[in-house]
This record gives sequence, structure tokens and C-alpha cells, in this order.
Amino acid sequence: MKVLNEEQTSKVFDKLAKYIGDNIKLLLDRPDGKYCFRIHKDRVFYVSEKVLRMASNVPIKNFISTGTCIGKFTHSKKFHLHITALNYVAPYAQNKIWVKPNAEQQFLYGHNVLKSGLGRITENTQKFQGVVVYSMNDLPLGLGLAGRSTAECKHADPLAIVCLHQTDIGEYVRSEDTLI
Amino acid sequence: MNAENVIRFEETRDPAKSTSVAKLVDVEIDPATLLVSDTNELDLKAYRNNADKYLESLARDDAQLLINALWEYPTERYEDCIVAKLPPPKYVIPREKPVPQPKPLTRWEEFAKRKGIEPNKKKSNLTWDDVLKKWVPRFGYKKSAAEKEKDWLIEIPQSEDPYVDMFEKKAQVKSEKVSKNEFQRLRNIAKAKNVKVPSMGLPPTPKLNSRQLNSAAKIAHLSTASLGKFQPHSSKEKLLSRGNIVPLEKKRKLPVPSLEEERKRNLNIANSILNKKPKLDVDKVVNRQIHSEEVEASEQKQSKKRKGRGGGKKRRSKGHHPANKEGKKPKGGGGKRLFGGKGKQQSGRKRR
Repeated sequence: MKVLNEEQTSKVFDKLAKYIGDNIKLLLDRPDGKYCFRIHKDRVFYVSEKVLRMASNVPIKNFISTGTCIGKFTHSKKFHLHITALNYVAPYAQNKIWVKPNAEQQFLYGHNVLKSGLGRITENTQKFQGVVVYSMNDLPLGLGLAGRSTAECKHADPLAIVCLHQTDIGEYVRSEDTLI
Repeated sequence: MNAENVIRFEETRDPAKSTSVAKLVDVEIDPATLLVSDTNELDLKAYRNNADKYLESLARDDAQLLINALWEYPTERYEDCIVAKLPPPKYVIPREKPVPQPKPLTRWEEFAKRKGIEPNKKKSNLTWDDVLKKWVPRFGYKKSAAEKEKDWLIEIPQSEDPYVDMFEKKAQVKSEKVSKNEFQRLRNIAKAKNVKVPSMGLPPTPKLNSRQLNSAAKIAHLSTASLGKFQPHSSKEKLLSRGNIVPLEKKRKLPVPSLEEERKRNLNIANSILNKKPKLDVDKVVNRQIHSEEVEASEQKQSKKRKGRGGGKKRRSKGHHPANKEGKKPKGGGGKRLFGGKGKQQSGRKRR
């Protein structure tokens, strides 16, 4: 388990900033103790200092996971967020999309959200910005990218893709074994 | 076996157990190598009857003769064993391995022989060191320790640059000497084994592997560059980084930062990322503008509806003007312009 180097850290923060903007500072400066990022086998974990200290007793050969896995680095050194990061991203999200109940299932099966399924969207969402997808009763369902800006959404035809799927809570079932 | 035993054997009538053996021709005995060579003729009849038994008895007789001969030499008792002093061997045993070839002469030995230079007489291992006032070996760890003790200070000669590190220079001279000696040693080995070695540079490798070929291609590509112009790469050439050709220095592992340091570093990175975003986001501004105009237009529409004028059949406008939702012909200056400046008034019909 290693400390992220500067390049990796900036990649992780870049990705997080897409979703939560300035609020990444809140993830680093928390009132309830020190939290930090650690990397192990290309997976990035968000761990509190207390848990980290206990985890350091585990030999690295037997080590699987600690804290919350927020994502992984791909072979081409890009950072991908995992659905497990939703707990930390959703409360701070700056842009949100609410999905109609009948489009909920489609999204949870890993499909994009179409204009027809769009219930609400936060104002001033830009194109290709990270958004957190909510159900109509405010349950965070996953992460996505805005396919259209808020203004464009209003004029888009019903089959236009409004939100590009990134991760959803259906992955807890679909890709249980790859998700640490 | 001792003398009593021998006497008792002689008393027995059994000829097979007698210590005296009669032979027509005396056998040749070399006690030093414990070798007996029996030149008597074989008893063919007895041999054909029972070969094993005959050879066994023959061997026993000859062994008895050898042991009898051994007892003729002066014996003494040495820690429970009776030991005889044997004469020097008569029989010369042929050697198993071929006679070793003389070592091929090294380059220097050859030169010395040609010029008639006498090789150095044996040097003593220790030399007297006047500075340290003690005996110091010529080489080895004690010698280098003594050198270190002696060279705590080096005088800089007047001709030298005073800012040159003399210790480093000395170490470099020594390492060069060592590598020169190693080179000469390898050259002597190559000469002794008749391996052809070029007088300059490295020997050509008979078969280059793909990486070596690629690095050669890369080097050639760099060296044939003319005034900053490079030849185009061939399609099948694998492009290598510098690290693949010249092994780069290994990066030292950074020490693990403390949590506080890490937090500060992370905050710095986060700040730099957040500050990187452009202050004026054109997209955002345009979207906001469109949004506010829409709101305004819808308000207008609402107010018109309340006046009861918009009851007629509505036609959706073909243009992209979001404010122009009613089926009216646009009039210059009548509607609000999206992108036109406020002070700039345009006249005439709107062209589409």
C-alpha cells in the first residue's frame, strides 16, 4: 500500500473535481479525523488514519482492501471512479440529474439516460460535466457525464442522450468480483 | 596379523593355507605400489576345468607372495597398527591425463622475452612505510587502509586548478588503472584462446536481438539528422525511449511523507487543479444568457396570454431564435437580440 505520487494524485483529484468541484478540499480537511488516499494494485482507497494504522499490520501479500475503494488506475494510467465512491461524491455533488421512475431501471442496467427519462436537472450544468444521478425520491443511483448542458436539454429530442453512464449501483450486483 | 598367527599357519598341513608359495619363475614384486606381476604360464587344463576357482587360487598365491614380501621390511607399531616402511616404487604408473601444455605467454611476457628483460625477482609481501613507520603489505585491504590513513590531506600542485577535488581525481586514476588492467587481462585470454578481437571499440555481436537493432536504428536516426531534419521513421520501427537505449539512472525512492505533509501536498495539488479552470467559462455564460432570455420570453408570453391576445393558431418558428415562439413576423428592433450589442441597432427585415 503506497502513497499516491503527485501525478496520480492530480489524476484522482481531476476526476473528483469533475463531480464535486471545490468540495474536494472537504474530503481532505475533515473535522472527524485525518483521511488520506492510498494506492494498492492500481486501486485507490480513501482511508481514515485510524483504519490505515490498523491496516498496516496486514502483510502486503495478503492485503486486499481498506477503507473505501474510490476507483482504479487503468492499464493506460487513467483513473476511473468506482461506484463505491458514490458515498463520498453524492453529498458534495454540484450537478445532479433526477431520473424518472421508469428510466431508473434502464440506468441501473448500465444504459445512458435519455431525454425522455430525465426528471430534473440542476441549473447551469455544463456539457460533459460529471453529474450524480438520483432517483425522483432523492436516492443516489450512480455517476454520469452530462451529455447536454441544461439549456440544451430543454430543446433536445426525447431520444437524445442527456447523461452518459459511468457507474451505477447496479454494479454491486453486476460486477461484484471486480469491484473491491 | 602378527608373528604368532604366521607360525600357526605354517603348522597346518593344508597347502591352501600355507604361507609359502612355490613358483617356477619368481614373480616381480613392487611393494611400494603393492603390485605383483606374475609371468608364469597359465595352467590351461585347470583354467578350462574351473576358471573362477583357478584364477581365485592364482590371485591368492600372488597376494600371499606380496604379503610375505611386505613382512620382510622393518615394521613398527603405531597406534594399534603395524606399519612397514616401504622402499621407493620401482614401477612407474602411466599418467591418466595428458601432459599440460605450457601457458601461453602474455603480451608483456612476450615483449620481455624478445627484449631480454629479466623478470622481477620475488618481491617481499611487506614494504616499510616511512610516513606511517610500519610494515604495510603491497596489496589488499590493509594496504588500502594504510593509504587512507596516509592520504588525509593531498597537496594541490601549483599547476593544478585549486577547485578540483584531488581525492576524486586520485580515485578516478586508480579506477582507470584497474579497468586498463582488466582490459589487458581479457585481451591476453582472448589471444591465448585465439579469439579475434578488434583493436578498437567493442566486438560486433553476431546476431542482434530486436531491442539492440531498434536502439541501433534510433542512434542512426539521431546521427543522420541534418540541420534539425530527421529522416522519417520506417513503419515497422519500434520507437524507443531514451531509457531503452541508455539505461537511465534509477530514481531514488522518496521517503514516505507523514500524514500532515501528505495532506498539505494534497491540498496544494487540489488548489492547483481548481485554479486551473478558466475564470470566464464562455459556455456557461452563453447558457446562462440563453436561459435568462427564455425565462423572459416565457414571462412575456404569460403576460400576453393574460391579455387574451394569443388565442390564435400557433405555428412553431423554424429558426433557432428561442425568443421567437409566436407566429409573428420578426421586426427589426422589435424583439430582443441574442448576441447583438445593445447600442448597435440594426434596421431592415431579418433575413433568413
